Amino acid sequence: MMQQKNNGVAFEFDELLFVSKPKRTSCCMSQTQTQGCECSQAQEAVENAKSEGGWLRRKFVGLFGALMAAVGTLMFKRKLAAAESSKKASQHGEGKNGHTPKWGMVIDLDKCTGCGACVVACSVENNMMLGNAQLAEQSRVIRWIHLLPMIEGEYPNIKARLLPMLCQHCDDPPCIYVCPVSATYKDPEGLVAQIYPRCIGCRYCVNNCPYTIKYFNWSDPEFPQPIPKGFNPDVAVRYKGIVEKCTFCHHRLQIAREKAKAEGREFKAEDYVPACVEACPAKAIYFGDLNDPESEVSKLAHSRRAFKLLEELGTDPKVIYLSEG
Amino acid sequence: MHKHESVVNANNATNADEEIRALEEQLETDVLRPLVTKPSREYYLICGFLAAVFLFALFAWSTQLWNGLIVTGLNAPVFWGVYIVNFVFFIGISHAGTLISSILRIANVEWRRPFTRMAEAVTVFSLPFGALCPIVDMGRPDRVFMIIKHPHGTSPILWDIICISTYLTTSCFYFYLSLIPDLATARDRLKNAHPFKLWLYKTLSLGWTGTERQWRILDTIMTVMSVLLFIIVISVHTNVSFVFAVTFKPGWHTTILPPFFVLGAIFSGIATVIVVMAAVRKYFGLERWVTDWHFDRIAAFLLALTCFWFYAMFVEHLLTIYLHEPAEMRIILERFVGRFSLMFWVMFALCFIVPLPILAVRKWRTIPNLVIVSLLINVGMWLERYVIIVPSNLNTLLPWGTFHYFPSWVEIAITAGWFSGFILLLLLFARFFPTIAIWEVKEGLHAAYKPRQPVFVKSES
Repeated sequence: MMQQKNNGVAFEFDELLFVSKPKRTSCCMSQTQTQGCECSQAQEAVENAKSEGGWLRRKFVGLFGALMAAVGTLMFKRKLAAAESSKKASQHGEGKNGHTPKWGMVIDLDKCTGCGACVVACSVENNMMLGNAQLAEQSRVIRWIHLLPMIEGEYPNIKARLLPMLCQHCDDPPCIYVCPVSATYKDPEGLVAQIYPRCIGCRYCVNNCPYTIKYFNWSDPEFPQPIPKGFNPDVAVRYKGIVEKCTFCHHRLQIAREKAKAEGREFKAEDYVPACVEACPAKAIYFGDLNDPESEVSKLAHSRRAFKLLEELGTDPKVIYLSEG
Repeated sequence: MHKHESVVNANNATNADEEIRALEEQLETDVLRPLVTKPSREYYLICGFLAAVFLFALFAWSTQLWNGLIVTGLNAPVFWGVYIVNFVFFIGISHAGTLISSILRIANVEWRRPFTRMAEAVTVFSLPFGALCPIVDMGRPDRVFMIIKHPHGTSPILWDIICISTYLTTSCFYFYLSLIPDLATARDRLKNAHPFKLWLYKTLSLGWTGTERQWRILDTIMTVMSVLLFIIVISVHTNVSFVFAVTFKPGWHTTILPPFFVLGAIFSGIATVIVVMAAVRKYFGLERWVTDWHFDRIAAFLLALTCFWFYAMFVEHLLTIYLHEPAEMRIILERFVGRFSLMFWVMFALCFIVPLPILAVRKWRTIPNLVIVSLLINVGMWLERYVIIVPSNLNTLLPWGTFHYFPSWVEIAITAGWFSGFILLLLLFARFFPTIAIWEVKEGLHAAYKPRQPVFVKSES
């Protein structure tokens, strides 16, 4: 190692690293110990400072430990509270047979006429942006249901059909694992939800959605001024920079539960009907509890005609399509 | 072992000591000269231009913050574009610094010595821009602290934030530690420098006097941190690759991606260090300390990395082709013969076909060629990230249609601005701090005179 000339700078490098030893003053080096100088005093002072340092360190370790314990307790309490609330929610959501419902949708493609009424109903219900010609040209207008043209076979033996495509509410959703802030999650009743005030807009969930059925707000929505009365007060308006998607109209579930409670009767699965199901003129969309073996959806979901999109990925969608093939 | 060996007269110890002292004196004078000489007019012009580009990028970002990401070329299903390409690129080149200064320091590789300082500078200056890229990409950058408030353990973005912030802190600290002895040298030698600079050196050198004890402490910390950084550096780019590798996307979901990303990061990082060091050597006249031999060695290292890069590329594509899964094949065809074929083959040429002969044939391995090849490799590696990220985004699993992506002026301006900011920081650094680790080169001089005995060699008796 290189040695450099000590030019007598009083500030020692190693003092900064809290490893200081009693500093040897110049008198110690020049004089013999027996002569006695203020050096011994200096040494004592350094010793005191050292023990003080030790005390500080111990104090610091103690404080740090206490802080960690406090943080740990808080986090644990929050977890407990979350578990409690989810338990409550699942109790709250008990169906008539005493089980937690698993909401699912069945779309009968043999009945679907591709009229687009579901798209309109959904847009009105969920306060979608109106969009304009420019946005439409850039395909930046958000609609939670899209009619996806599916072309099967090869020319000339092709068969084309329109597939009403909405969030598949996967039972094993890939989008929720990658969200860094848990803004998207699956609730105890199987609805995949999105917390708008928490979303940071990283678009990771959209990238991990095999169906590409989540939407990002590229800009702020534009609404006519003054805002017409047709707007739904139960659904939040989404602003720029966040991700949104079909919620299975979960605000309708809350309203149905409250209504049943107010009327003093038990909540039935039939009380909860999303807007698209209600609007479908061909009655091609069914909605209900997949956990109830007697429900229409669960019977249809097990029918011969049933299939799921990209089933091989194992996402287990809760939107099931029916088709004669 | 070392170029300076030729001047060694091992038989005469006192003579050797004097020679070392003279060499050290010369080294200090050469390295510290740019700190006191007045920069040329071109230097100010270039700095002004880079600063203007950077400020324009900030303006572009502000328009994006005001209007939303509608001002970018991004649109469903291309949710990630040039910003994420830049993110991977900047984090990539930051790996060189640590590789040279930590891994090569542990391995005690002799040719690393004049490169360490600027390599670490590349790390420290490229990392902030890399870390900024995902924040620019976010829809709501104001909510970035939500990640700390509501952390979700399964998300690679959270791991990235932990890794990159650890890496940034550690490498800044490491960079600063290795600067301390040189700052003390500057403080002691540059008595006629600008008072601000003198104050800077005096404050930052923390009263370093170069006692045996100080050296021991510094050496211990540097060794421990080298090992620590070695682990962190692998984890950083592994996690950057996890952002892609854990998803469903064909073309992203491969197990080779993490090691390939680490390799690519080191590859582009070494190339960046070569360019930076060649510039420093030319403009500051440091040919005596960064010799052709040093460049020859780092070129050989770059050659090895080129071969490794080809190997990883070959394995990734060969196995995917054998799998023959339709969705994966769409991406492969997109790269080989489709819309990205031009970009892919240009990238392949820049990263492998051109560098391989130039680096392998001794006759062609000259410094200007090496600089050109290094620049080409960096362009190629940027294109590689683009070819990895964008085609997988464009090709959806369901037939949503055909999409196109081209970055808008905002994305291009921000990209240009981040590159300018990076170069600007390097230029400023070169005028304020020693560009070569004086103490480390001195150590090399001593080692050349008195070779260290390997501890594991058995004694003959």
